[in-house]
Amino acid sequence: MSTDSAPAPQSGVAEDVKQGQRIAVSALTTNLREYGLIIALIVIMLFFQYTTSGTLFKPVNLSNLVQQNSFIIVMALGMLLVIVSGYIDLSVGSVAGFIGALAAMMMVIWPLGIFSNPLVVSIVCLFVGALIGAAQGYWIAYHKIPSFIVTLAGMLIFRGICQALLGGGSSVGPLPPSFKALSSGFIPDVIGPLTLIPPTVNAAGKTILGSGLTLHMTTVVLGLIAVLAYAYFGFRTRRKRERHGYEAEPFPLFVIKTLVGSALALFLVFQFASYRGLPVVLLVMGVLISLFVFVTKRMTIGRRIYAMGGNAKAAQLSGINTERLTLMVFINMGVLSALGGLIIAARLGQAVPAAGLGSELDVIAAVFIGGASAMGGVGQVIGAVVGGFIMGVMNNGMSIMGVNVDWQQVVKGLVLLGAVIFDVYNKNKA
Amino acid sequence: MASTILEMRDITKTFPGVKALSNVNLSVEDGEIHAIVGENGAGKSTLMKVLSGVYPTGTYDGQIIFRGQECNFRGIHDSEHIGIVIIHQELALVPMLSIAENIFLGNEHASYGVIDWDANETRTGALLKKVGLKEDPKTLITNIGVGKQQLVEIAKALSKEVKLLILDEPTASLSEKDSQALLDLLLEFKRQGMTSILISHKLNEVNRVADKVTVIRDGRTIETLPRKDISEDRIITSMVGRSLDDRYPPREPKIGEVIFEVKDWSVYHPIHAERQVIKNININVRKGEVVGIAGLMGAGRTEFAMSLFGRTYGRHITGEVLLRGKPLDLSTVSKAVENRIAYVTEDRKTYGLNLIDHIKHNVTLANLGGVSSRGVIDDMREMSVANDYRKKTNIRASSVYQLTGNLSGGNQQKVVLSKWLFADPEVLILDEPTRGIDVGAKYEIYTIIARLAAEGKAIIVISSEMPELLGISDRIYVMNEGRIVGEMAASDASQEKIMRAIVRGEGKAS
Repeated sequence: MSTDSAPAPQSGVAEDVKQGQRIAVSALTTNLREYGLIIALIVIMLFFQYTTSGTLFKPVNLSNLVQQNSFIIVMALGMLLVIVSGYIDLSVGSVAGFIGALAAMMMVIWPLGIFSNPLVVSIVCLFVGALIGAAQGYWIAYHKIPSFIVTLAGMLIFRGICQALLGGGSSVGPLPPSFKALSSGFIPDVIGPLTLIPPTVNAAGKTILGSGLTLHMTTVVLGLIAVLAYAYFGFRTRRKRERHGYEAEPFPLFVIKTLVGSALALFLVFQFASYRGLPVVLLVMGVLISLFVFVTKRMTIGRRIYAMGGNAKAAQLSGINTERLTLMVFINMGVLSALGGLIIAARLGQAVPAAGLGSELDVIAAVFIGGASAMGGVGQVIGAVVGGFIMGVMNNGMSIMGVNVDWQQVVKGLVLLGAVIFDVYNKNKA
Repeated sequence: MASTILEMRDITKTFPGVKALSNVNLSVEDGEIHAIVGENGAGKSTLMKVLSGVYPTGTYDGQIIFRGQECNFRGIHDSEHIGIVIIHQELALVPMLSIAENIFLGNEHASYGVIDWDANETRTGALLKKVGLKEDPKTLITNIGVGKQQLVEIAKALSKEVKLLILDEPTASLSEKDSQALLDLLLEFKRQGMTSILISHKLNEVNRVADKVTVIRDGRTIETLPRKDISEDRIITSMVGRSLDDRYPPREPKIGEVIFEVKDWSVYHPIHAERQVIKNININVRKGEVVGIAGLMGAGRTEFAMSLFGRTYGRHITGEVLLRGKPLDLSTVSKAVENRIAYVTEDRKTYGLNLIDHIKHNVTLANLGGVSSRGVIDDMREMSVANDYRKKTNIRASSVYQLTGNLSGGNQQKVVLSKWLFADPEVLILDEPTRGIDVGAKYEIYTIIARLAAEGKAIIVISSEMPELLGISDRIYVMNEGRIVGEMAASDASQEKIMRAIVRGEGKAS
């Protein structure tokens, strides 16, 4: 008697399973680029971990890696918006160099009294960065002069001013320690260190048990909070989507993603905690990355930038003020270039004429490795950040291995080309 | 009297889903000016592309016989080689090169790749003389007017030893004086024994120079009229003679008071500042009314609409726009949107959609405020809006995450419509809303238009398809050369009346 009605629900179940598989496959393929990039970063890290016999992941090296590459990633955040908008900015390296020189002059040479305080100087420098961005963006937005040309001019102009400020080939320093903390400092341990396995010392003064591993507890606590927040918000968004009846990625995939992400983050946190804690610059970077992810994914201004890059005319005819938006994108780039310049100066402890020289190319490469399209309209913040880290890890790893700088360039070039070819191939297949 | 130089027999050309030409026959005699007329989309240009080898042999059915030889062109090069040269509506000149360089582009007098400039310029001088141009061959194309550029194109054709010259809408962008000069030149060529095919909308011009007229409608040859039978009335009847069937959804108009008015609207060309594109236009639209704007391509309808909508076209714009009797500020697109005016573009790919983004993001783009608070987008709200409009306008896609670049023309058009419906306008200007989409999707668009009118919106539809305007409008304005040249209730209107208004308007202008 139930045989008549039985097939219907069964086929429904089969349908559901099929549907589930379809969603899983589509979730995988749509995120292939993003996952692929992260996996590529991990593979590259493991490769160098092996070839440098374990040096890469050493706490002190990780801190170095972050401190050496943070300015690239900070500037890549601005560059991502520039490239997504359909423009390019070649001036960022020169602007960074100029701002570093300006900061050094203000703090060390010019008699500014109270205004030579590092905090005041930093704020003034960020403001000058905004002005530079506005000056370049004005010609690009309102006079439709190609960004390539305007920023090529900017590249020459600001490198020149940088060198002139420093009086020819000399460097200006030393910079005050409180300023240098921006790059080489670590966050203070307000909780106090924790010695994991207290060493047992014998009468002769030799350690017979325990490594004496001491953890920077503030770092550990911050790391745990960040990981929990990551998992919580991921879960909450997922629940919200389900409640509204929209497709979400399958649960197992979500769990695996969250677990792997958290494990990686905790591993890095542990490494930092066992050295001197979180570098200040990593914290700055983390805050900026979160901000830019939020702006691009959730805010109307982010959406407008993607629309402008995708089809400027259509965006304009939809009521978007593309000129003002372009100006804002370049002001943002100017501020981040200035921050990049401050970070470079703080790391070197002085301003040098060649600071940031050629870094615009690393920044642009990071954004393209991260999957942005040279035509505009496509690109993700996380992609650019991972792209920046791929460049950074390769720099760091090859340096430790003792690869000649010349050949490092060749390898980086090949990786950039390979990443873009992979993108184009993927797009054509889709 | 003369022998037949060209015969096209049973030409049939199909594009995926559309039969553009079916069994078209054309016979052109040696030494005549043969005009081809028909509505936009009737198949004139397709026929000429078949003839000139743009559509190579094998992609169409039928035969082309030129001077007694059957021809199988594999490309433009083949047809030019035997003396068939086509001059397209959009001129194919390189603006930053000189006249001489353009005329011999790809065909330079050269030995071993080294160009003999003297030979090129001397020959160019001789050719320019033939077409009555007194310019220096070294003048850059960008520095001469459109009329002269047209003559350069003809000189270029002459340089290829042309036997049959095809001109596709040669006077569409020319002033009255330049048009006359061009037609005189055609007559002069005829006296010298050259054959030409003239494609034109302007029946007075056809009337003036043509020896024969072939009428094409819906991809078929309707008839070929000899010189003695050519009259504007006769041609119009032949061009539009088809009946309206039930391709339009029924509606009962509930028309209220005037809500949208445009007064004394004038616009000048954005580059050629002295050219007035829109000349003192006055129109009004009532609540719940669908108002059509008829006219031929180049009549200035899109320019008019875009100049209204945030001044996205033209400069020195003067005039007044009133919404419910109050003056409106439409000086930027965002102000226009705020004031609840929407413009749905005629060119959805260039001006309407972000083709590399999905449906959801395209639908909300003109009204992001509607799915966000304090600049933060509510993803769930956006999702339900997108799904809602996907259902309302019947967009066929796997989900709202499908890229708009992968949708069919009809579905793309529905996405653009959805975008503007979500902006909640009171006045909607639809520019060629059914261009390039199939009959089924057209019906769906008409249904949406009817529903919007029933909701009390004021709707302006710009269309080059007269049956469509007659089918969906309550009232029709006829536009020509930047002017309103007629206004009629749709119930009194007919294609012939519209055509007459256009032709009369043109008569006035000349």
